[in-house]
Amino acid sequence: MDIRKIATWVEETHIEIGQAISPPTRKAVAVAVIANPFAGKYVADLEPLMDIGAALGELLGRKCVAALGISPSDAESYGKAAMVGENGELEHAAAILHPKLGAPLRKEVEKGAALVPSSKKMGGPGQVLDVPLGHKDAAYVRSHFDGIEVRLNDAPRANEIMVAVAVTDSGRPLPRVGGLTHEQAEGKDGLR
Amino acid sequence: MPELKRPELKLRKMLTIVEEIHHEGGPVADKPLLRTAAIAVIHNPFAGRFEPNIQGFMDDLRPLGLQMAETLVKTLGGADQVEGYGKGALIGAAGELEHGALWHAPGGYAMREAIGGTKAIVPSAKKVGGVGARLDVPITHINAAYVRSHFDSMEVGVNDGPRADEMLLALVMTTGARVHSRSGGLEVDDIEGLDGLR
Repeated sequence: MDIRKIATWVEETHIEIGQAISPPTRKAVAVAVIANPFAGKYVADLEPLMDIGAALGELLGRKCVAALGISPSDAESYGKAAMVGENGELEHAAAILHPKLGAPLRKEVEKGAALVPSSKKMGGPGQVLDVPLGHKDAAYVRSHFDGIEVRLNDAPRANEIMVAVAVTDSGRPLPRVGGLTHEQAEGKDGLR
Repeated sequence: MPELKRPELKLRKMLTIVEEIHHEGGPVADKPLLRTAAIAVIHNPFAGRFEPNIQGFMDDLRPLGLQMAETLVKTLGGADQVEGYGKGALIGAAGELEHGALWHAPGGYAMREAIGGTKAIVPSAKKVGGVGARLDVPITHINAAYVRSHFDSMEVGVNDGPRADEMLLALVMTTGARVHSRSGGLEVDDIEGLDGLR
């Protein structure tokens, strides 16, 4: 895998609409900019991209947990996304994200019974990629539905793919729309 | 004498960004170039009016600047790893450009202190902008502003700031030259290090 660049963001919210958030809610997102081995051509077998996905699930998941400075079990929500440069195809994002990225990511955050929410798109340098976030063990935990935006002014170039993994140690700053809570979640079936 | 009432520093959001640059189409670097930024989104105590006396707020920004600078130094693995720096301010629409100038002293001196004494002026950018605006923070060598290999910049911004009554303050540090630097000029090995320029 040819990685040109890795970027990591940590975002802390200390105040939301005048209310102090203590401790602050925190989200981390790590992005790798890689060469797209299939840029400019149709290739039927996408297995190499699936293997890249596996490697990035581990690498980017670990970067996020390290950036938050937490132990893996303290991760509460996660998400993933990919943006493919113009000489690739949307299916390249699917190959990276879906078959193999999840298992190694789950190892980095311990457990992870829930589906990893995802988004994908084609795009160019400077374009925004929104990474969806959901509770890692119980997808219905309403306080943890969220997202985080990433963008790099110089990526993805035409022959590149930008792959993002996000991990948090908290939900939204002021959750109050009800539903299943983090404390109520059983985390057995990945849903509740 | 009545105690001087000072505006309170209200921090809404703090972000740190690290970029590891392995290559840009050329040979892969033995050690990736690191660029890191610390970004604070704070309330602008002067938003919505013309306030003639604003300099007192520089003192309130000092601890924030120092905290951000220390975070950056730590992120890069220690003061001896830092080779480039820069700073910037993005002022929400109910403020004025001059409010951004308040960041010069507390932001710049915080970095000099955290790195342990540097010679070159800290390059800077400032502007007024809306929510989601981006700011290109200029970067130069910490001891000799003419070192050509270290001229760089880093784009910063946040999707939900700066709101009209906020300001976004940024500090940036790097570990070295552009990843494929080859445009000549003064090189690191030729720095005299006396005047902050060469």
